[in-house]
Amino acid sequence: MPRIRFRLNGVETDVDADLDRSLLDILRGPLRMTGPHFGCGANECGACNVIVGDRAVAACDTPLWSVADKDITTIEGLGTEHEPHPLQRAFIAEQALQCGYCVPGILMSAAALLMRNPKPTGEDVRASLDRNLCRCGSHNRMVRAVLRAAAEIEAR
Amino acid sequence: MSVSPGKVEIGQGIVTALSQIAADELDVDIGRVQMVRASTAGSPNEGVTSGSLSVQQSGRAVRQACAEIRQIFLAAASDRLGVGIDALDIKDGTISGPGNIRTSYWELADDVSLDRDATPGAVSKLSTQRTLAGNSVQRLDIPDKVFAHPRFIHDCALPAMLHGRVLRSEMSAAKLTGMPEDGARAVAGLVAIVRDGNFAGVVSETEDGAEAALKALRKSAAWSSGETLPDEDRLAEWLQAQPSEPTVIDNKTASEAGEKKRTIRRQYTRPYLAHASIAPSCAMAQWTGDRIHVWTHSQGVYLLRADLALVLKLPVENITVEHMEGAGCYGHNAADDVALDAVLLAKAAAGRPVRVQWSREDEMSHAPFGAAMAIEIEADLDAQDEIVGWRHSIWSNGHAARPGRAAQPALLAATELAEPFPRTISTNPPQANGGGADRNSVPLYDFPSWQIESHRLLTMPIRTSALRTLGAQGNVFAIESFLDELANERGEDPVDFRLRHLRDSRAQDVIRSVAKRANWKPDKQTGCGYGIGFARYKNTGAYCAVVAEVEGAEDINVKRLTIAVDVGEAINPDGVINQIEGGAIQATSWVLKERVRFDRQRITSSTWTAYPILRFSEVPEVQVELIQRPDMEPVGAGEAAHGPVTAAIANAVFDALGVRVRNLPITRDRLIAAMELTT
Repeated sequence: MPRIRFRLNGVETDVDADLDRSLLDILRGPLRMTGPHFGCGANECGACNVIVGDRAVAACDTPLWSVADKDITTIEGLGTEHEPHPLQRAFIAEQALQCGYCVPGILMSAAALLMRNPKPTGEDVRASLDRNLCRCGSHNRMVRAVLRAAAEIEAR
Repeated sequence: MSVSPGKVEIGQGIVTALSQIAADELDVDIGRVQMVRASTAGSPNEGVTSGSLSVQQSGRAVRQACAEIRQIFLAAASDRLGVGIDALDIKDGTISGPGNIRTSYWELADDVSLDRDATPGAVSKLSTQRTLAGNSVQRLDIPDKVFAHPRFIHDCALPAMLHGRVLRSEMSAAKLTGMPEDGARAVAGLVAIVRDGNFAGVVSETEDGAEAALKALRKSAAWSSGETLPDEDRLAEWLQAQPSEPTVIDNKTASEAGEKKRTIRRQYTRPYLAHASIAPSCAMAQWTGDRIHVWTHSQGVYLLRADLALVLKLPVENITVEHMEGAGCYGHNAADDVALDAVLLAKAAAGRPVRVQWSREDEMSHAPFGAAMAIEIEADLDAQDEIVGWRHSIWSNGHAARPGRAAQPALLAATELAEPFPRTISTNPPQANGGGADRNSVPLYDFPSWQIESHRLLTMPIRTSALRTLGAQGNVFAIESFLDELANERGEDPVDFRLRHLRDSRAQDVIRSVAKRANWKPDKQTGCGYGIGFARYKNTGAYCAVVAEVEGAEDINVKRLTIAVDVGEAINPDGVINQIEGGAIQATSWVLKERVRFDRQRITSSTWTAYPILRFSEVPEVQVELIQRPDMEPVGAGEAAHGPVTAAIANAVFDALGVRVRNLPITRDRLIAAMELTT
């Protein structure tokens, strides 16, 4: 099996696997990271979004070979209960979800946005989340939460 | 404190609302309340978590039981402390009396047995004595979901777990005529290939291996052609031409019949709608001898168990069905089907647990759909164009084919076995339970006479079952659109027209509130329109009135939804608002975008591209005003907004463009078709 190396949530990671397999398969399978969710397997819903470098990508549509030596951040690397990312704090404060299955992907899209654009407008947020689907209808709360997180980061 | 309800969390926040109620009645901090996930191993059988009934049913049961438990403990404390119950007070579980005497629930726990039936006498607190219920509290499940702690069934793994996948034809009800296994056998990690009639699947050591083996099987499998599906462009004609069972839902005869001068008749339709959960359905199952344990995101663990018993020909005692959270389901999706798939595949796993997950395509094509509906309404008008007669007729498949309710199973794989069970033709719950296709078909308006009838189809080439609101979305769309047409005909303001025909003051209040908040009716601007919609869900549940603001010419954009809602006592007000906002946005998606597509052999809308839903950039602003009635019975909020939002958008489109779209969804094509009818 070919071997590939990348940094996963800051940790050097080696994987032996078919390089054409999707990053999502590897994350959820051998690496046991269940934060990125399978939704469609076709880069159509965003539930599996992770950050590669500084961009949010659908892990289901990202072949393993393409992440060699890259930095990958999943929801597991975003923050913890003890050290939450401002987005996580904001999603709780705004109660910005119903079922929450799409949330890991949405948080990663939003985190990538805030890396690129720390002062987004509501429209910026909607545009950056437009490829993420939410079926429960929590969109507006999520947009408010992202803006709240941006304001918190700015106030630091 | 453990509370074991029979209702399940499906993203609606019920676990939090029930915790609030329990903590309030028992006077303990909400953090002490542990909610037990429903399981047939020990939970009460509260049927199915559906119909916006969980707060109403389970909430009442929890409140009643906790009120009695409080009394039982107060009596025990009174014995121990030697003072009367009236002198005792409870704070966060500590029971204290005069002179600093005290005990607690936990100290008394060994003396008190709660292994007894509840009795009806206990009196719960007055609304003014409650400190949690009625106040917004943060949902208890949200931190796990934001920090991605494995909570969804999809993210949980059992020791030694295998992975299964099921092979299904994209053709409807096709027969498996051949399935060479060589390709699948060559895939690393394969444990078993399972075949029973037209049911086939694979079991593998890994999820990846299961996918690869399935792919190989799919390549080699041969299928007969299936059954013919209707023409998707002539749905109303098809619905009305099918053999059906007619039922008179309600009849009202005027004491003094007004004189009919003319009759206006309109037909409204809605398409099949997909539940389209973001997560494909998933289940795990494990056999131990002739006993089976199932982990599922089904809405009804006991109902699923009953159907599994029918398929497996086992006593229910041999089957344990345990709930785990899934993504939002919005009704009866494939959750139950995949559970049977897992059970059947696990037979070949030699006692190891098997996890099965459907594909996106199967989820969008093989799960039950919300039923398409054709609705005709006729109004008899007198010389002043007042309504003197009203007839409402529905043609639709039944809206319910949930498991556990019939002598035969309703699970998909049951129809695929070598000894198949017949396909369950969907039925409708009785009006007393809110009805099915006929839900919300009886007007809340005070018309002098009416006749309401429903034609339930006896054929079902496209599988239907419960989708949020059942028939209410279609019926409210039809009634509220038609009322708008009639008001327009008279040149009367649609808000005034509605208020004039309503006697129920709570109904009037939501309409007046929403009209006030939306500054009804804002001045006309080109390309902009405003519309109103109203309903009381099931005619017994939540009152909801909506004003929609839309803009656009070819593609409609819903800019804003202003909503007033009355759910009686709102246990968790922010939870209610969250549900209403979500329902409103989902309904906007249904109205503007959604329609299950099919050709004559197969469902073709099996991807998100082929079945688009509303995106972030298309979501309207939603403002919700909650009318609090702490002394009224609490009712659910999850389905209250769909019908009124649908109608409000359609009415706003008419206001903006002068075009009445009577066939959902309101897409560019439908707008053009409606314009051609208008001109």
